Amino acid sequence: MSKPVLEIRNLNVEYGLGDQAVRAVRDVNLTLHRGEVLGLAGESGSGKSTLAYGMTRLLPPPGVITGGQVLYHPEQGEAYDVLGLSDRDLRAFRWAETAIVFQGAMNSLNPVHKISTQLTDVLRAHRPEMSEAACNDRAREMLKLVGIAADRMDAYPHQLSGGMRQRVMIGMALILQPQVVIMDEPTTALDVVMQRQILSQLIELRERLGFSVVFITHDLSLLVEFSNRIAIMYGGRIVEEAPAAAIYRDSLHPYSKGLLGSFPALRGPRRELTGIPGSPPDLKGMPSGCSFHPRCPKAFDPCSGNIPVLGRPDTPDGPTRSVACWLHPTEQPVG
Amino acid sequence: MKYLLQRIAFYLFTAWAAITLNFFIPRMVPGDPVQALITKYQGQLSSQAIDSLYVLFGLDKDKSVWEEYVDYWSQLLHGDLGLSFTFFPTPVSEIISTSLPWTLLLVGITTIISFFLGTGLGVLAGWRRGSWADGLLPVTTFLSSVPYFWLGIIAIYLLTGPDSFFPSSGGFDNGLVPAWDQYFIPNALKHSLLPALTILISSVSGWILSMRNMMVTVASEDYITVAHAKGLSDRRVAMSYAARNALLPNVSGFALSLGFIVGGTLLVEIVFSYPGIGFQLFQALGAQDYPLMQGVFLIITISVLVANLIADVAYLLLDPRTRKEG
Amino acid sequence: MTIPTSSIEQVIPGQGSMAQPESGKPAKAKRQRFRFVTNKKAATGLIMLSIYVLFAIIGPWIAPYEPDARSNDLIQSPSGAHWLGTTHLGQDVFSQLLVGTRSVMFVGFVAGIVATVLSVIIGVTAGYLGGKTDEGLSALSNVFLVIPALPLIIIITSTLESAEDWLIALVIGLTSWSWNARVLRAQTLSLRRRDFVDAARATGEKTWRVIVFELMPNLTAVIASGFVGTVIFAVLSEITLAFIGVTSSTTWNWGTILFWAQGQQALAQEAWWWFIPAGLAIALLGTALSLINFGIDEFVSPRLRSVGKTKIKTVDGRTVRMRIGFTPVLSNSPAPHTQASPTPVVRKEVTQ
Ligand SMILES: Nc1ncnc2c1ncn2[C@@H]1O[C@H](COP(=O)(O)OP(=O)(O)O)[C@@H](O)[C@H]1O
Ligand code: SF4
Ligand SMILES: [Mg+2]
Repeated sequence: MSKPVLEIRNLNVEYGLGDQAVRAVRDVNLTLHRGEVLGLAGESGSGKSTLAYGMTRLLPPPGVITGGQVLYHPEQGEAYDVLGLSDRDLRAFRWAETAIVFQGAMNSLNPVHKISTQLTDVLRAHRPEMSEAACNDRAREMLKLVGIAADRMDAYPHQLSGGMRQRVMIGMALILQPQVVIMDEPTTALDVVMQRQILSQLIELRERLGFSVVFITHDLSLLVEFSNRIAIMYGGRIVEEAPAAAIYRDSLHPYSKGLLGSFPALRGPRRELTGIPGSPPDLKGMPSGCSFHPRCPKAFDPCSGNIPVLGRPDTPDGPTRSVACWLHPTEQPVG
Repeated sequence: MKYLLQRIAFYLFTAWAAITLNFFIPRMVPGDPVQALITKYQGQLSSQAIDSLYVLFGLDKDKSVWEEYVDYWSQLLHGDLGLSFTFFPTPVSEIISTSLPWTLLLVGITTIISFFLGTGLGVLAGWRRGSWADGLLPVTTFLSSVPYFWLGIIAIYLLTGPDSFFPSSGGFDNGLVPAWDQYFIPNALKHSLLPALTILISSVSGWILSMRNMMVTVASEDYITVAHAKGLSDRRVAMSYAARNALLPNVSGFALSLGFIVGGTLLVEIVFSYPGIGFQLFQALGAQDYPLMQGVFLIITISVLVANLIADVAYLLLDPRTRKEG
Repeated sequence: MTIPTSSIEQVIPGQGSMAQPESGKPAKAKRQRFRFVTNKKAATGLIMLSIYVLFAIIGPWIAPYEPDARSNDLIQSPSGAHWLGTTHLGQDVFSQLLVGTRSVMFVGFVAGIVATVLSVIIGVTAGYLGGKTDEGLSALSNVFLVIPALPLIIIITSTLESAEDWLIALVIGLTSWSWNARVLRAQTLSLRRRDFVDAARATGEKTWRVIVFELMPNLTAVIASGFVGTVIFAVLSEITLAFIGVTSSTTWNWGTILFWAQGQQALAQEAWWWFIPAGLAIALLGTALSLINFGIDEFVSPRLRSVGKTKIKTVDGRTVRMRIGFTPVLSNSPAPHTQASPTPVVRKEVTQ
């Protein structure tokens, strides 16, 4: 496995303070390796967006980070903790090292400025030495990269279709050639054809430019197709993490199995749509033990009493994957 | 362009509605104030002036309302608003044209300053929530509830007097003749300071509050988070992203609240005996000078409509979504 | 102060990237209504307003003097006998203020009710029916919106033979509904697109039933806020009318007091007690009503609420304000929060 670029260690995020706090992300450990596409899946409300925004400190109030580290490994030099950066350093870090394509891409563009202004203001903030003409050239180049005619530079967001706006956002994310691109449900608002088109384009770009992607979606079938590894979230925790093929073929966690059953896969043999009975847990009143146990078809004695920790399972491919389930006693915890 | 044409059509329609309203209101006046006036000034009134009053008040019993209405319009289009009772026999149009500039300068300039000042403070209060700027809110709430004219009274009480810098009434010293010269202009400015301050203080709070609320609302839009994620400077996110968008509803709010503001500012003129339209209206009310009242109402309405149109143009320039291609 | 129990779920922004799906009908209407009163601003405003209402009711009975009664104490400053001094005719200002409260509140509320009823009829109809009806009604409200209301009210009342309170209230109400109608129309339009209204329509409910039972409950806050706004405007208008002498100078309201004070050179005589209390009474009533409206605004759009505790101590020892864009980091220790439980002794063998 290649070198890590981003390591999340025991990240904890809460909304609110004190007793009333909602613990939306709990002790999450996750490593993104150089050049890979890491998929993050889970029902809506499982904390995927919170995790993504939390690691770059972009949570809206009353979100607070209550613990953990986000280690970033630059191409050269020492790794550092993103959560420990000063506001000034964080500003410089943002977009230059990790860019984000947001969930609500429809509203991600400022309605009153031209596309060109919004592309170039990134350059002006991070590359003050660049000339006006160079900025514009670069912006045009990025549009071309994502398949938008350069004459749309002067368009306003409302003059573009949803798919085009999403491409603009992707182009904007790549404009500083970041190491990491986080995509939070970047295509949910688009139709299926457009989704695949944009995703294949993204994968192709990744092969060319060599950045890593954290790809968030509630649609596991998309991930199986487009990502190298997949992490599954439930109730604010990562419950399973494995190579995409392993998740698809033999997922270990009952929740992952349920998720896979919820979506018809686009390729490969047809599977039965089973879905998961019950509803996602209430973050304010989490079930004791494994938070999935009230819905889990395989729950047994220890499940309701003890929280299973993410660790390497004792399967043959154990070293490449981890899971948090009492069905699979773990050798050593990850993280 | 289509948008602008629509707006213009709408304002023309509104002007028509206001004029028609103006035509009917005097017809509800009980008694016969005009007849009394005509009898009083018997012989001094030219027959043309009497005709004009007849049209204005619908005294001509031989004509149908429709004929009166047509006459009324042709009279209006000739700039004839009738004769004032108070300043008899000065035409209303003459009184209005001497007092209108005073109001336009005082109310116009202060309203614009107030809008920009309030919007600026609102940006600060909305962007730095929980900071000192939030402490302004109770004060602004109180100030925006104070009637303009009462604040004027307090200002006169506290700040004027025999040896104060501020004059307590009028638009200029008695000895002076209005002219664009080095004696008159500074004097007129001095007289307008206190009324202007009064209007400013009572109207600025409204803008602070609405802009603050718009900033708070806009601050949780996605594109603001994106702007932060892009690593832009705080200033740029605040101004170019948040304030720039929050300004839009404030500008349309500006247009819509002009009618309210103008009403309040007229009262300030009354308190300060400032020689503008509002003070004329006050005098007309006291003397039951219906032609003057109507004329003032008409001119206020038309000024507000024009100001609205200007605000619309500003909005058009600020919001690309209202600009259609081509 | 910690974040109050109720606020967490309301703080979730309505739009924004982390928007929760807007699901159907707001179920917790009852609980929310109760919550409104727990809003500090609204509660302060309601308490202040109820004091005014109380004085409007009992004012004329508890007034120490007849407001018109003359005495020989001309222009006296406040004293034990005359708490707020006297006028040029020796009338008791305090009594005038107390007696005047009723007229102010009466005009404010009647005008508020008239304007609210009109705005609901016009705004909701326009928003719900759409099409030509909407165009016509919207044009009508826009016309009334841009014609300056106060001058219009002045002109109309000056032609009235007798300017009694109810007539003035009617004139104000009839000329000041347009703003609310506009807001209600917009709100109705957006509600009409929601599922629960569609559902009601799909089951073939009559239009008026859909409006009254499905739409109106969800418009309560907007209607209330419009009502409060109109009351503020009506009170200010009535007082203005009295102050410039358009309405009768013998029915007492706070504007009448100011009218006499202004006319009798109270300023020149330094008789501050004559004009300050009346103005303060207006300003405080206005503040009370505005506070109620802020409460309603914050209730409707939680983003406006001043965030409970805004300052937090972060890991580097600084105290920062919660703000968008820079989430506070309370601790960045890499230690897990959950203690790893010991591996349970029982292990099911036949699980796979
Ligand atoms: N602004 C917020 N305030 C309070 N709670 C929030 C906020 N945003 C999200 N949450 C809570 O955090 C949980 C995780 O949300 P989110 O990260 O958006 O999930 P996902 O992206 O997986 O759908 C949700 O259950 C929600 O209750
Ligand atoms: S720990 Fe128990 S309840 Fe949780 S997923 Fe595994 S079997 Fe199910
Ligand atoms: Mg999400």
